[in-house]
Amino acid sequence: MASLVIAEHDNVSLKDATHKSVTAAAAVSSPVHILVAGENCAAVADAAAKIAGVGKVLLADSALYARMLAEPMEVLILSLADSYDAILAPATTTGKNILPRVAAKLDTPQISEILKVISPDTFERPIYAGNAVETLQAPEGKKIITVRTTAFKAAVEGGSAVIEKISAASDPGLSKFVSEALSKSERPELTSAKTIVSAGRGLGSGENFKLLDSIADKLHAAIGASRAAVDAGYAPNDYQVGQTGKVVAPELYIAVGISGAIQHLAGMKASRVIVAINKDEEAPIFQVADYGLVADLFKTLPEIDEELSKRGYK
Amino acid sequence: MKVLVPVKRVIDYNVKVRVKADQSGVDLANVKMSMNPFDEIAVEEAVRLKEKGKATEVVVVSIGPQQASETIRTALAMGADRGILVKSDGAVEPLAVAKILKAIVDAEQPQLVITGKQAIDDDANQVGQMLAALLGWPQGTFAHALELGDDTAKITREIDGGLQMVEVKLPAVMTTDLRLNEPRYASLPNIMKAKKKPIEEKTPADFGVDVTPRFKVLKVAEPPKRAAGAKVASVSELLDKLKADGVI
Repeated sequence: MASLVIAEHDNVSLKDATHKSVTAAAAVSSPVHILVAGENCAAVADAAAKIAGVGKVLLADSALYARMLAEPMEVLILSLADSYDAILAPATTTGKNILPRVAAKLDTPQISEILKVISPDTFERPIYAGNAVETLQAPEGKKIITVRTTAFKAAVEGGSAVIEKISAASDPGLSKFVSEALSKSERPELTSAKTIVSAGRGLGSGENFKLLDSIADKLHAAIGASRAAVDAGYAPNDYQVGQTGKVVAPELYIAVGISGAIQHLAGMKASRVIVAINKDEEAPIFQVADYGLVADLFKTLPEIDEELSKRGYK
Repeated sequence: MKVLVPVKRVIDYNVKVRVKADQSGVDLANVKMSMNPFDEIAVEEAVRLKEKGKATEVVVVSIGPQQASETIRTALAMGADRGILVKSDGAVEPLAVAKILKAIVDAEQPQLVITGKQAIDDDANQVGQMLAALLGWPQGTFAHALELGDDTAKITREIDGGLQMVEVKLPAVMTTDLRLNEPRYASLPNIMKAKKKPIEEKTPADFGVDVTPRFKVLKVAEPPKRAAGAKVASVSELLDKLKADGVI
């Protein structure tokens, strides 16, 4: 049969989490189809059709799916489920919201946040905040899976799949969207950024987060925060990196004034290169850092900024 | 309105988890167990609804071994009214948990179910959504704020990139995120009072739910270790290293 990937998008652009989920899906069951459900989202479907290895894109364009609310998405996905032996979504807040509903209605247990596909029915997934990795064999039947996107490479472009328009399924009429407050930022998104500069309670105040701006600009980095910094009100909650926030795996993660609580490490230790800057040389963050600088961040941050300028970073 | 709060007994969040040498699971012998932190937030929210006069009764459910009754007692000491313990010694998978909870909801008829967004042991993040689907109810997952009306609830959700408010018809399921509230500590008088509150004991069979695991756990291993690297002496040395690694 085939696998179906639920596209992650904002009605304008297709998110990289989708490409990564396609990679996981291809290892479970081919061909891979993508469901783009949204409103006025033809451009998203066009982008999905260009992913190599995608056999077909299903486009459900309706006001009902403008915000991909879980209740109408459940009905839509269930209406398609018979044709697939695996249904996957990235483990984003959208995918995690929707997919368990589908699994429950299909009476199929869900496999959450897979890290690896060992065989089409056997998967690795993190438990205990990533302090252990479980290898699970799923029962026969459909596989319902969310994908830890940082664990998979993005599928490349180069395909030209057909786009099939499908009509909206029925509206369960249980929920409606009221409003949204998204942090506006010119910076890359945390979960897809190649570089992240992240700060902790050591920064001392929300105001001091500005010390990161100039460095993040020069490195085209996203800005993150530890749970302690978010709880202290220094940074908005969507900055939070860690088990209970976002799980990231950039090429470079610079942790500034972050002690390295288990919760935080679980969210960033898959990064390729980790830098820790902390004045406490006993801080646990140094145990996972490739490069540690024991120093006062208030001196070091301006110094990094200046040194980057000298070296031509703008 | 009645509020139902499912809670799970899990390894305490401060405990360093150790994988068993034979890779059969995580070592739980003599380890401190506590209420799942997200469920604690759920209990707190329900108790606050009661204190505001919006909820009439807060019923706590836990599915687990006999000791899960201690977890229920903790919730009762925080202010919940009564408990239901569904006794099961082995691990119960999220879908089976959702099925048991559905049967309890059918019997208890709450207008709102509040539970944690995920348990910090299996990190599945499934039960609330599965329960909502089985009941044909709407859901507000990863809740950051709740405005409870008579027939509807406005739930602000923590989503990637910010916050989103949805309005759901009641009855509904809500799952809690970290910043919904800060759970209280139970006072000694309330801990004493909680000892007298009733806990009803049931088994999955009472609800006709088969809790035999459907997954086969082949192994539980330590994650790949990251070796500590080197200390650098200066910013300039740091940037040289990063340049050499090709990351800046």
